[in-house]
Amino acid sequence: MRLYYKYLLILFKSQMQYRTSFWLLSVGQFFIPLTIFAGLYLLFERFGQIKGWQFFEVALCFAIIHMAFSLSECFARGFDQFSSLVIKGEFDRLLVRPRSTFVQVLGSKFEFIKFGRLLQSIIVLVWALSNLPIEWTSIKAITLMLMIVSGVLIFTGIYMLAATMCFWTVQGLEVANIFTDGGREMAQYPLNIYQKWVARFFTYVIPFGTVNYLPLMYILGKTQGNGIIYLLTPIAGGLFILPCFLFWQFGVRHYRSTGS
Amino acid sequence: MKVYGSVLKLRLSMGMQYRAAALAGVATQFFWGFITIMVFEAFYEYAVQTPPISLREIISYIWLQQAFLVFITMWFRDNELFELITSGNIAYELCRPCELYGFWYAKLLAQRLSSAILRCFPILFVSFLLPKPYNMTLPPSLTTFLLFLSALLLGLFLLVAISMFLYISVFITMSPAGSLLVFSILGEFFAGLIIPVPLMPTWLQKIANVLPFRWTADFPFRVYSGHIPQNEAMIGILIQLGYLLVLVLLGRFALNRVIRKVVVQGG
Amino acid sequence: MIQLEGISKSYKIAKRSTGLRQAAKSLFYREHTIIDALKDISFSIKPGEIVGYIGPNGAGKSTTIKIMSGILVPDTGSCTIMGYTPWKDRIQYVKNIGVVFGQRSQLWWDVPVMDSFELLKDIYKVPLQEYKATIDLLIETLELQEIVQSPVRQLSLGQRMRSEIAASLIHNPKILFLDEPTIGLDAVSKIAVRQFIKTINKEKGVTVILTTHDMNDIESLADRVILIGKGSLLYDGHLEKLRKRFGTHKTITADYGKNTIPIQIPGTSILSWSPERVILSFDPDQTKTSEVITHLSDQVKLLDVTVESQPIEDIIVQLYKEYKI
Repeated sequence: MRLYYKYLLILFKSQMQYRTSFWLLSVGQFFIPLTIFAGLYLLFERFGQIKGWQFFEVALCFAIIHMAFSLSECFARGFDQFSSLVIKGEFDRLLVRPRSTFVQVLGSKFEFIKFGRLLQSIIVLVWALSNLPIEWTSIKAITLMLMIVSGVLIFTGIYMLAATMCFWTVQGLEVANIFTDGGREMAQYPLNIYQKWVARFFTYVIPFGTVNYLPLMYILGKTQGNGIIYLLTPIAGGLFILPCFLFWQFGVRHYRSTGS
Repeated sequence: MKVYGSVLKLRLSMGMQYRAAALAGVATQFFWGFITIMVFEAFYEYAVQTPPISLREIISYIWLQQAFLVFITMWFRDNELFELITSGNIAYELCRPCELYGFWYAKLLAQRLSSAILRCFPILFVSFLLPKPYNMTLPPSLTTFLLFLSALLLGLFLLVAISMFLYISVFITMSPAGSLLVFSILGEFFAGLIIPVPLMPTWLQKIANVLPFRWTADFPFRVYSGHIPQNEAMIGILIQLGYLLVLVLLGRFALNRVIRKVVVQGG
Repeated sequence: MIQLEGISKSYKIAKRSTGLRQAAKSLFYREHTIIDALKDISFSIKPGEIVGYIGPNGAGKSTTIKIMSGILVPDTGSCTIMGYTPWKDRIQYVKNIGVVFGQRSQLWWDVPVMDSFELLKDIYKVPLQEYKATIDLLIETLELQEIVQSPVRQLSLGQRMRSEIAASLIHNPKILFLDEPTIGLDAVSKIAVRQFIKTINKEKGVTVILTTHDMNDIESLADRVILIGKGSLLYDGHLEKLRKRFGTHKTITADYGKNTIPIQIPGTSILSWSPERVILSFDPDQTKTSEVITHLSDQVKLLDVTVESQPIEDIIVQLYKEYKI
């Protein structure tokens, strides 16, 4: 953990070397999702609702997913940009150091400019929450936290899967964008507005549904029954990262036996 | 003219090298298109009043948008050019025996054309084969189609002319970040890439109509579906031509100005 | 200290094909070629040795270094270094080694060199006291005082390489692997780097294994060379022996006052001749150096004479020829 913090520090210093472009890019990261949010707002202004969901309910969903996405982009960028590490042969360097590859890859890159995006999603979150008549309980508050954490874990898991693919091929990795950028785009609306097969895929294969649908229903009071079960769904979703981690380990082993 | 042709050819063969990347891009755009359509589908299902553009028209709008993404997005840029300008290596370009504006214009045009050729056909092909209601439909008549083609091409020319200002601005700011930001956020929003222009509130539509961005994407896509009737499309094409003329002349003037400055300063 | 026994390693390489049809085909199946990168390599290295590991490009030098540093797992064979099997106890093992890849950097590009050092300290968990002592010594001997506060991107290649070497020694490794440490450096930097390698070898007893294409590195540093070609071990032993085996010839370069009559000395052959200078080659076992010089001074008015052994590059070229690699 201390090492991770050190990595953070050194990369922050690096990015501060280019201060103007740092601030401009941060501002950009603030505004780009803002136009998407503006689009969402305008659509609600015209249509009023989407399959029974009101604007602020969807805004809450939007904020949670974008928050999770920006956090994972900020902190797990090392995996997202892993292909360049492999192409340049820098991965060998990580292997001759006495630390786990996971921490080192994680520490190889941070994008602090993504804080702009994070800030934007926090503002949307506060705005949405202050306009929703939610009866807050501690379980609901914890659920909300877990939704964000679990979202970060899912996005990170996808980055790891894509990074592991680099050990076999570095071509066509953009497909992973379907699940990261595409997943974000899709998950900013509650999952049940989509066709069944999409909803199923994104619940059981890549468990976005456990972040943006089931617990969301609970927080908004659209469900009956035990809250604990809904509290558990984001935790289940977060477990997604475990197989990704194993796959990563497998990839490293493959790399070390082929050296390709 | 021959120079421009060989630039295009070179770009095409370079683009072919990255087949896998192109395929991956196609897959991503496909997914994206699907998601967007489903969102609109959900909105339309419970619409209280009839929206100003039908779901059918929206669907072809979205597929065209995905197929010709590189014709219409601002973030598709040439980092080489940025580097050339900021590093001062621009001097080499000035040694070439052709006018810089034309040369860069051709280069940028070629980049967009070559990536689009690789991507648009697979996307269009599959989108026609999709099950209803997600499939793309043919334009109502041949005339409409021809109008669409000319509008699309003019839109591309227009977009490249707009993007030239991006590079020109880097001469002054020395960092592409800021201009890229303004251009891509405002440009893409007002081109109708986030939501189609007819779905915007009236006051926003008024702004969009004044700016050049909408003529690069929103206009040709709606000509295709017939949402913009033929006679209006003719007028639109004239407006496109007008914009193109003005922007190219302005861009050329501005580029010559900034270059003269660079030369005077001694690079 | 280092013991390699029967190490073999082969790669599977997919055949790359050009053309659209071939590319489409390769989507479904790929033809593979198996390349033996290493064939049955065995050697052992004692503590405190400096070993030059040489061979042409693609001979398997990097693969061996990668296996010895725990990056790659070999197909067969055993390797024991300081009691560890590198690829098995990776994390424990790599604390004891330092690796410099000459063509890649381990320093963070945009921050001062010192910051990189501090981070490496944390990565290797070096105690503060020990770190301070080491870094002071490194800064002094590598003459880094003036550059440790500058970002890496502003350093010259030579300064960067010195910093790289310092970075790989922060945790006081017992073994140092240097993969082409002098590549691209100017003459002055090369000498500085060599001098430093000698120093840490002498004073700290660090075992050094270096690969290089610059024979001067080998000549000034390594007593022992291991030559590898096409994955097989070709020669392992003293540099001098290698020289004796092939480098029997010496050359004499003589400058003299203008003389248009060609020089003739028995037992020598003329490599080049001009009215001011001649370069002769001879076999010292048959003709004595002093004899050649006497003959020379008889025939011309000598201004300057230099005698050289055959340069090691020539020996290596001969060796490569002999083994047909």
